[in-house]
Amino acid sequence: MAAPNTLKDSFGTLSVPKESFRAPPRKSRDPASRRPLTGLLFVTPTAVVVAVLFLVPLGILVYMSFTDWPLLASPTPNGMANYTSLPDDDLFVGAITFTLIYTAITTVVLFAVAFVLVAISHSQRRGSRFYRTAYFLPYVVGTAAASTMWWVDVNDRLGVFNQVLQGVGLTNGPVGFLDTPGKALFTVISLVVWKFVGFQVIVLLVGLQSIPEQLYEAARVDGASTLQRLRYITVPGLKPTLALLTVLSITGSLLAFDQFYVLTHGGPDNSTVTVVLALYNKAFQSFRLGSAAAEAVVLLVALVVINVIQLRLLRNRES
Amino acid sequence: MRKTVAFHAVSAALAIAFLFPLLWALLNSLKTKSEANQQPPSWFPHSLSIANYRSLAGFDQGIGTYLVNSILVSGLTVLGSVVVCVLGGYGFARFTFHGKSVLFGATLAILMVPYATILLPLYILLSRLGLQNTLIGLALVLVMFQLPFGIFLMRNSFEAVPRELEEAALVDGCSSFGAWRRVCLRIVLPGVVTVALFSFLTSWNEYLAPLIFLNDGRKYTLPVMLVNIRYSSYNIIDFGALQAGMVVAMVPCLVLYLLLQRFYVSGLVAGALRG
Repeated sequence: MAAPNTLKDSFGTLSVPKESFRAPPRKSRDPASRRPLTGLLFVTPTAVVVAVLFLVPLGILVYMSFTDWPLLASPTPNGMANYTSLPDDDLFVGAITFTLIYTAITTVVLFAVAFVLVAISHSQRRGSRFYRTAYFLPYVVGTAAASTMWWVDVNDRLGVFNQVLQGVGLTNGPVGFLDTPGKALFTVISLVVWKFVGFQVIVLLVGLQSIPEQLYEAARVDGASTLQRLRYITVPGLKPTLALLTVLSITGSLLAFDQFYVLTHGGPDNSTVTVVLALYNKAFQSFRLGSAAAEAVVLLVALVVINVIQLRLLRNRES
Repeated sequence: MRKTVAFHAVSAALAIAFLFPLLWALLNSLKTKSEANQQPPSWFPHSLSIANYRSLAGFDQGIGTYLVNSILVSGLTVLGSVVVCVLGGYGFARFTFHGKSVLFGATLAILMVPYATILLPLYILLSRLGLQNTLIGLALVLVMFQLPFGIFLMRNSFEAVPRELEEAALVDGCSSFGAWRRVCLRIVLPGVVTVALFSFLTSWNEYLAPLIFLNDGRKYTLPVMLVNIRYSSYNIIDFGALQAGMVVAMVPCLVLYLLLQRFYVSGLVAGALRG
């Protein structure tokens, strides 16, 4: 942070009028009025990347969705066929249902756990900083590595989770964490909570800090109880943060892939296939790119709608 | 007093639960081969050993290849994101030009599009460009995904630099570029570190993109290779070595987080509040 100081010094030495330093044309040094070409030059790399790696692929995706495109052969246009056949695709429809269920449960559980951890991390007591770091660390680990770790730990023979449960006397034998659809879903959700709740805690803590301390003091002077302060100050103050986290949790869960691919691989019996997993399988296992592209377009439209609604809501709140 | 004890009991129990899987992988990776694959597992290593790390060298191409691949991809992604975002951020913050808001909007729109959906056409596009199954192609795609966050952050950082500071440097005889480098870049350095940090972490941990783009086993990155161990071995899986591999994959992330915590949290918040 030495920069501002050195600059102040250079201001101090400035005793001669500007003009004597430079020839007149230099006057238009105000960066904003510099030739627009310079500005374009600065954003050219951005424009190239956005155009080539984002806009063009978007176009290709839409085109793909109207073709029959086996991965290794050339595409032939087939109109709306990919879209009209989607409702009959049991795997895709099942994936949508499953992804929605997974999203709903995950969002609720994440918030429930996050509130407990925020209460601890926000405490003035000693050690809360350490606790906060402990809860956050799993977030830093990659999802694929974390999922592999979980997969090792739930193993029937060597997994440590079974051993812990048996050690405290909760179970007598191996649980079979991935054996039934219900248990597999539970196992993935426990992994996701462990891995992602730290992020929610951090964002909620920042949200709490933005609530002015005077509000709480005033309420205390007025004799408000802890519960009343929570209800009338904390919850309203956190509303934007909560809305944001809800959207992030929903969009993130709708796009879940790594944890299912690694832990359950969609099983048992395709009971835990998410939309992105179905899309991946169709494109790179069944090599039906056109049909997979149609699924992708549906997913894309759904996510854009959610994002637009979010923007609207946030904008309304600001105005 | 009793309340404090209860608070610490609950908090510490939860902290142990959160740290346990990480510590367990570390502990297991340091056991001897037979102990790491012993059933039921032992709690603490009876004797320490690096045998599990040694046998990582024997996985397919050997851990070194995957490590180098991961470092290359992450390095290229960091370099690309920082260059593009610093230049672009400055351009958006300080200049007016035709199509500025359209380009900025298009960049932020990357966030709106679920990233898994766009990997499909990118696979086709990269094949046509001869970049499919290359680390550079993968890095380019990862740079693209960093743009909305990076451009937004760098634009805001540059906007926060008072123009007077830059002008003063010009008056003091700096060249246009010199003023930019000495004044602006120094002030926005925290933003640059944040962009670099997040580019590194996302590219280091990315799984789906390399899974789709790389089909040559010699080019796999660390996460792809890790998950492959879980799937490709039809015989008995070496759990100790697998856990050693996970430690190798997560240590850089943990170290960077602990070192750069300040940038990490400010980046998370900036990223989360970008809406």
